Amino acid sequence: MGAARYMEKDALPAWLEAVGKSRLVLAPRLQGKSTAFLPFDPSKGVSLKGLATASPKHALIPRHETLMEYQYTKTDQIPPRTGLEVRELIPDQPVLVFGARPCDARGFTVLDRVYDAGAKRDIYYCARRDKTVVATLACTEPADTCFCTRVGGGPDDATGSDIMVTELDQRYILEAVTPRGEAFLLEQQLPDASEFAAKAQACRDAVRAAMPEGESLLDAPDKVEALFNEMPFWDEIAAKCLSCGACSYLCPTCYCFNITDEPKGNKGVRVRSWDNCMSFQFTLEGSGHNPRATKSHRMRNRVGHKFCYYPTLHGGALSCVGCGRCIAHCPVSMDIRSIVSKALVYEKAPKEHTNV
Amino acid sequence: MSENPGTNLYLPFMATIQEVVQETPNIKTFRVTLNDPEQMRNFRFAPGQVGQLSVFGVGESTFVINSPPTRMGYLQFSVMRVGELTTRLHKLRKGDQIGVRAPLGNSFPIEAMKGKNIVFVGGGIGMAPLRTLLLYMLDNRADYGDISLLYGARSPSDMAFSYELPDWLSRKDMTTVLTVDNGTPDWAHKVGLIPNVLKEMAPPAKDSFAVTCGPPIMIKFTIQALHALGFQDEQIITTLEKRMKCGVGICGRCNIGTQYVCQDGPVFTYAQLRELPNEM
Repeated sequence: MGAARYMEKDALPAWLEAVGKSRLVLAPRLQGKSTAFLPFDPSKGVSLKGLATASPKHALIPRHETLMEYQYTKTDQIPPRTGLEVRELIPDQPVLVFGARPCDARGFTVLDRVYDAGAKRDIYYCARRDKTVVATLACTEPADTCFCTRVGGGPDDATGSDIMVTELDQRYILEAVTPRGEAFLLEQQLPDASEFAAKAQACRDAVRAAMPEGESLLDAPDKVEALFNEMPFWDEIAAKCLSCGACSYLCPTCYCFNITDEPKGNKGVRVRSWDNCMSFQFTLEGSGHNPRATKSHRMRNRVGHKFCYYPTLHGGALSCVGCGRCIAHCPVSMDIRSIVSKALVYEKAPKEHTNV
Repeated sequence: MSENPGTNLYLPFMATIQEVVQETPNIKTFRVTLNDPEQMRNFRFAPGQVGQLSVFGVGESTFVINSPPTRMGYLQFSVMRVGELTTRLHKLRKGDQIGVRAPLGNSFPIEAMKGKNIVFVGGGIGMAPLRTLLLYMLDNRADYGDISLLYGARSPSDMAFSYELPDWLSRKDMTTVLTVDNGTPDWAHKVGLIPNVLKEMAPPAKDSFAVTCGPPIMIKFTIQALHALGFQDEQIITTLEKRMKCGVGICGRCNIGTQYVCQDGPVFTYAQLRELPNEM
């Protein structure tokens, strides 16, 4: 096992403030009625109770980021020609994400497989990932909407974390999971916690053992694939969806994006922003043709991506981590668990159905 | 700023428009060269691969490279004026600067097609990707069997590549049939919808590949016509177009199930497409 350190719980704000001198610290903070991972502000503290309303995915894929800036120029030729200069802007800010939950950290590995895929590396993502330390707080009280254990995770799952943080009475025990976490932890002026490691482990084991049993959703890929062209199923599922995108934006694994240019006179920026695959415009083509023509088609793609396409491409790993944010915050109470459960037992209508 | 600019998936090559050809009232062809001579010299691609053209300040969109790799003086893209980006592209002139991210995606199975008869069926701007493959095959004529082309457009003035049609029509080593939906008094070729004319042409399915591209509705009925002529799903090749952003299989726009048209396509056999959700 790697390095282990501890701190008294009430010493956390001072420690985050100290860390904040050399890196951006993103930690959950209550703002109005919701909790989000915001830059740590000593005067506002942290809110580590339960699961934050929004995931910390913006640490790696910001809501809105500048990929490059451009400027049109005039050359010295006579007559002058229009020149063009483009400069890429690669992020280099070190970050500590503190207080992610195991589902959030597992979500980062879902992103890793797509953005850091061997020869195909998204340098914006990779630059952030390399400089981000993820310190994950093991869960103690799963919410009604939590279902991490049904999709391969768990309240103590260290996948995607650099450091696991366990609450032990009045202390936080910090244990390194990755070399990046180890290096970070060794820089900190915190006392050694090796003597507490076994107790922290027992604590996490107890929470895992107490998790309610639930049907595994890991077998979903084949079942969802079998329903590709079963449009009555998707019609029924999609009927009440408003396509508002709350689920996409709160989801720790939704990573679809848009790229747009924002000109200001003869210069400007090319930006990448979060997008929502449930939006009609998402796939709308210039000609007016839309390959995902109806909400049912878009729902099929959304559920299909998480429970069939992604796992097919990535060794069976679902692109759902069971955080339940999409369930807790859906304005019309859609529940991805029951959608997938329905797919698992769905009997196709006997009559041949076409969906052209 | 990055130490290795070449490693940024989103950073285009800077390129210069060398020539603009007005093909039809709403299609223009752009011949471009990369500004860095070394990048231009080292540029390699295969017929069917696409590129993203950037007009900074407006955005990017995907177009097939429709000049063949056997003719590398420039890279050619034909653009139909449809939306915001293509409207802005149409305003550009010789000497203007654009970005090019290419080559992207897969290509036509030119090895598997060797020795086979090839039937091209192109509709409207869908002729552009077929042109690449057609010219490539004409430049390697001995490698392929009979070559026939059915090219259709709405009206005679909507036929792109009109300056090449006399050559294609007169060549002894290929058969060319042109059709339009709406004829004019001086139109000397077919009048009729592509799938119907294709059935009249009745190219034999044996030892053949059909390659088709055009609007989704045309592809749908062309595939039906090919089936009626005895073509199997494995013998029907199409190249798809989708709205794309990243061009590298990430952004989630162009996928049909597990297949990203920008990366795993744009070229698919109909047999491959039948395995996917119906999202043409």
